[in-house]
Amino acid sequence: MTSNSNLSNMRRLVEQLKLEASVERIKVSQAAAELQQYCLQNATKDALLVGVPTGSNPFREPRSCAVV
Amino acid sequence: MRPKYMRSPLIPEMATQEVQLNETLAHLKTESETLKSKLEEERAKLHDVELHQVAEKVEGLGQFVMKTRRTLKGHGNKVLCMDWCKDKRRIVSSSQDGKVIVWDAFTTNKEHAVTMPCTWVMACAYAPSGCAVACGGLDNKCSVYPLSLDKNENLAAKKKSVAMHTNYLSACSFTNSDMQILTSSGDGTCALWDVESGQLLQSFHGHAADVLCLDLAPSETGNTFVSGGCDKKANVWDMRSGQCIQSFETHESDINSVRYYPSGDAFASGSDDATCRLYDLRADREVAIYSKESIIFGVSSVDFSLSGRLLFGGYNDYTINVWDVLKGTRVSILFGHENRVSTLRVSPDGTAFCTGSWDHTLRVRAICSLI
Repeated sequence: MTSNSNLSNMRRLVEQLKLEASVERIKVSQAAAELQQYCLQNATKDALLVGVPTGSNPFREPRSCAVV
Repeated sequence: MRPKYMRSPLIPEMATQEVQLNETLAHLKTESETLKSKLEEERAKLHDVELHQVAEKVEGLGQFVMKTRRTLKGHGNKVLCMDWCKDKRRIVSSSQDGKVIVWDAFTTNKEHAVTMPCTWVMACAYAPSGCAVACGGLDNKCSVYPLSLDKNENLAAKKKSVAMHTNYLSACSFTNSDMQILTSSGDGTCALWDVESGQLLQSFHGHAADVLCLDLAPSETGNTFVSGGCDKKANVWDMRSGQCIQSFETHESDINSVRYYPSGDAFASGSDDATCRLYDLRADREVAIYSKESIIFGVSSVDFSLSGRLLFGGYNDYTINVWDVLKGTRVSILFGHENRVSTLRVSPDGTAFCTGSWDHTLRVRAICSLI
């Protein structure tokens, strides 16, 4: 019967919500600080952010393009 | 492509049972509403600051000039999906015309081409070894093609059918080996398959509508993946148990793309609601929205640069918007495609990124200079 399947769906939903509610959380300030730290620590390796030495990027065509 | 809900007519003798069930149902409904409010309350308690506030002291980014370095032409219709090989030079792409092509992006040569038995090949992925590709779409399947060194060999002959869904395949990804594939489907589920036997290892139920995208957590962070769907939800799953461990519902429309932040602690999403959002997994909430009033077209695909500082979004208005993940501002808008951008991936070493479009082409872009 449809009602029975609705019932089991609702039971599953309640169990799922209980599970999600029990997740351990940290403050956004701490989470944000860690995201920022990761960015800054890896910035120098990020070619799309800082560029790469002239000629070493395989996708660059050989032309004079200034890389700061 | 939405599921239909069927209702059976009430039979008079079952009326009393029906009433009892309805009471229990109502009780459960109240309990679920209470739990949902409690969840929001708990999340809100820890919302002490915004990400961009924390990032105020970080140096702003200069102007970017990113140029198209390679244009891959060869598909006869809309490009729907692409993936990079771990060798950082090969690319697999799939199209509405039923073709799957493997390119050498350095030389723009086509190395392999397969014609699928269906049109709209919406998903494709490169195997970690670089020796095979997986693809599927309207055929409801995910098939694996070993790539032969012999260019004359007919790849279709070695095709292996791995996944079977009851609706279209929207995305696929190998796990950290060639042996397992994760799929998402219009049938509302995700599934993990053994490539060799085609056996279903785990299925993931929880989305209320088509699942459109998925991304695996970086291997260091354990066995989880995130999926996004037409139910506007992004779900994080435990691959071993099949359990949904976290769920986020802040988008206002279909989520077309999800991608983990490189550290694995967060993920970004792109939606038909014209926004990209960042969700932190340890804070268990949305921590940033990337949007502008002038951007009104949906986001089809998102990916991070290597450090996670930049978020690239491919949009249905043919452009690519580049966002400063920490400050929440747009740093660049890139043009070039002559139709929707449908797929976008940064290369494995972060030196370039590739976009595929409904204009039948793929473009590989790299930074030119910093002004």
